[in-house]
Amino acid sequence: MNNLNYDVVIIGGGVVGNAIARGLSRYELSVAVVEKEPDVGLETSCRNSGVLHSGIQYKAGTLRAKLAVRGNEIMGPICSELKVKMNRIGKLTTAFYDDDLAGIDRLMAQGIANGVPGLKVLNNDEMQKIQPGAEGIRSVWSPSSGIISPYALTIAFAENACTNGTKYFLNTKVTSMTKNPSGIFSIVTNKGQFKSKIVINSAGLSSGNISSMLGVYNGNHGESLKIWPCRGEYYVVDKRLNGYVKTLLYQVVGVKSAGIGVHLTPTVDGNILIGPTATYISVEGPEDYKVTSDKLADLRSEGRKLLPTIEMRDFIRNFAGNRPKRTTPDEGGTADFVIEEANNVSGFINLVGIESPGLTASPAIAEMVRDIVAQHIELEEKKNFIAERAGFAGHFCDLQPEEQERLVKENPEYGEVFCRCEKITKKEIRDAIENNLGARTLVSIKYRARSGMGRCQGGFCTPRIIRMLRDEYGFQPEEYLLRESGSHLFCGNVREGDAKQ
Amino acid sequence: MKRERHDLVIIGGGPAGLAAAIAAKKAGCTDLVIIERDRILGGILNQCIHDGFGLHTFKEALSGPEYAERFIDEVYQMNIQVIERAIVLDLSKDKVLRISLEGEIKEIEAKAVILAMGCRERTRGALSIPGHRPAGIYTAGMVQNLVNLENIMPGKNICILGSGDIGLIMARRMTLEGAHVKAVFEVLPYSSGLQRNIRQCLDDYNIPLYLSTTVVDINGPKGRLEGVTVASVDDKRNPIHGTEKYVECDTLLLSVGLIPENELSREADVLIDDITQGAVVDDACMTGIPGIFACGNVLHVHDLVDFVSKEAAKAGANAAKYITGQLPISQHEVTVKPGNEVRYVVPQKIKYGKDISLAFRVSVPSRNRLIRVVSDGKLIREEKKLRLHPAEMVWVKLGNIDTSDIDTLEVSVE
Repeated sequence: MNNLNYDVVIIGGGVVGNAIARGLSRYELSVAVVEKEPDVGLETSCRNSGVLHSGIQYKAGTLRAKLAVRGNEIMGPICSELKVKMNRIGKLTTAFYDDDLAGIDRLMAQGIANGVPGLKVLNNDEMQKIQPGAEGIRSVWSPSSGIISPYALTIAFAENACTNGTKYFLNTKVTSMTKNPSGIFSIVTNKGQFKSKIVINSAGLSSGNISSMLGVYNGNHGESLKIWPCRGEYYVVDKRLNGYVKTLLYQVVGVKSAGIGVHLTPTVDGNILIGPTATYISVEGPEDYKVTSDKLADLRSEGRKLLPTIEMRDFIRNFAGNRPKRTTPDEGGTADFVIEEANNVSGFINLVGIESPGLTASPAIAEMVRDIVAQHIELEEKKNFIAERAGFAGHFCDLQPEEQERLVKENPEYGEVFCRCEKITKKEIRDAIENNLGARTLVSIKYRARSGMGRCQGGFCTPRIIRMLRDEYGFQPEEYLLRESGSHLFCGNVREGDAKQ
Repeated sequence: MKRERHDLVIIGGGPAGLAAAIAAKKAGCTDLVIIERDRILGGILNQCIHDGFGLHTFKEALSGPEYAERFIDEVYQMNIQVIERAIVLDLSKDKVLRISLEGEIKEIEAKAVILAMGCRERTRGALSIPGHRPAGIYTAGMVQNLVNLENIMPGKNICILGSGDIGLIMARRMTLEGAHVKAVFEVLPYSSGLQRNIRQCLDDYNIPLYLSTTVVDINGPKGRLEGVTVASVDDKRNPIHGTEKYVECDTLLLSVGLIPENELSREADVLIDDITQGAVVDDACMTGIPGIFACGNVLHVHDLVDFVSKEAAKAGANAAKYITGQLPISQHEVTVKPGNEVRYVVPQKIKYGKDISLAFRVSVPSRNRLIRVVSDGKLIREEKKLRLHPAEMVWVKLGNIDTSDIDTLEVSVE
């Protein structure tokens, strides 16, 4: 392989790794991101509720509190630069019983201590104005809470970093690491050996293992860096019910109320998510995303309680995502993020246990990591940094008719609809296929263009996309991947010859 | 935005849209246009390369493309306007359509619209099957498309969930292409497909059909399907603990039902029947919105294409009459109700009383039964049936009836 020497190597192309990469791409640095999967964000980053947290629910003084509040604060301009759909729909954290009103006071005090803007305590009448039919006696209203497309954000960070010179190495798995006496790291992968001055471990579910490759098993304060994967299962609800859930609805943690459990979360694209559950799974298989009949049944019944108009046919899909937790199954709960340069391995920056609110915190984590990098390498700003991504946030179908008409004239492929349910056009599919990371799985296209996310679940668009990849990009049947490496869609041609028409 | 005006717009150029267009033209409508989203006319028939189409209409066993071709030829001979690769973005109840095609978005204002969008397949997501979500799980119709039109082979060791007709047809097709089709699993105690397909597609190839059996787990931890766990189900379709069996396979085809595609119909405020998932229509195939008609699989899922063509021809002729004011909207309507062992009846309303055909499906299989049509308590038709099966549509021809002094018709199996 070519020269694989970099100033900084980032291990893991999740939302955190990509946010860091994008942050560092502002400076005259050579940066590589190595990602074991065929695309960025295929693990925890794209398998979550897509909530922009206000930072209210985290203990004052923790990194989670500080970074969520900061991440929330800077997410607005970032989303407009990167064309990411985000919507501050606010959140009601509600007490349902008198016994739990103390929880409201505690939450308010914590939110104020954390510096969360705009907090108010609302009575039921005031809650009704935000969410008609809302139950409970009192709520804390946090208007900076919102929803965000987790895929759009993860991908936008990566593609913008790439535009600004960051090198992405997909399908590249780190197998071992050493730090040479000269202070340079050697990072051995299936695609060759990288060398760098700084290594950033943002490997999510694998972050504990990556850290142990350099002999770092504990954080600077002696805390264990072992990851305990904890699965959350979800249902995706049909857009038919778009609009029923106007805000984020949580219960206050109290004597009688259950705390953060299963809830309904609207998505920026108009679906509703029911979930997540929480089940610790084997540490040997942190990427096992099975859904289970028991949990699905629980979600259906919880979903029906929270939204009685749901019908069976509204459950269009289910999925699971795994949290990289640092708390053991016996402990439960959530430990604080570990974000630090390892005391005993200078230049090795560890990010371990970044579960919720990792998505919200990601740009703030990027700032924090940049400051650690700056202690080793003098950062000089690039003159030609491109902060803006081209195009528009969301999808063609979200645009006003006049704008659609203009774009179709400009590019005829906006007139050809590939995904019938979500009305995704051929141009959007093409843009997704031609992403600058070179990720070309079906899910890469789905996460970028939204094709196949509607109620027919790809029945209509999949053959069209497969044909386009063959006819216009030369794909052979064996090359198509659904998602991760190993997810081959086809075994070959039916018979020799070419079906191209 | 550019706005065109046409007397009749037909949404969909599959078997329903084609037959409707031809009939409308024959009935005197000259300004009509078919909107087709695919590259060519014919709809799903293009991928149905097996035979058996047209036995009723042409007394011949044609392949899908051959059947379609007869109608497509006629459409072109009659100079009916067709817009291909165009999709209807919106439809209003005032019959204004917004259409997107390569390089252009335009509006069409129509005097009448025929909904002929067909249906789509139910997917894994809708079934809530637990397990992994690996590559190798496809709806049967998608694989039919990939194998027959795109020369792409999805896998070699195949299980099929659901005994719908497309699943049965694909069991045979995949076998002929060298795959090993291990079994078909059906959650119901009887097949969901036509008897002739069970014989010709499974029995003739020694492919076992397991009834009252379903897939309870999907195993594919490395990205591609490796196997499924199946189990017997009780009479409430709940898996019976202890009956689980693991079947290795790299491909799972789903043939678990078809859903009429009524997204546009709903936008136009067309009332949808909870059972058929298609529009509620009268005996002219007109929906509750004046001038909007529906026919074919978007109205209710048919078993044979011949019946789609026939129903669509009726819709087309009536749309032509409506445009010229020859279809007076009568004030009186008869409500058609499903009775004992009848899941649904189409049409749901009778307004005109001319050349009435009722189409329905039974809820359970049975033999040697009587079909009774009762009008306000009075028996008006009784027919013997040797065999009734939920997979097969039943048609009862009532001819012309005087609707003026009746309020309800009920169809039942006794």
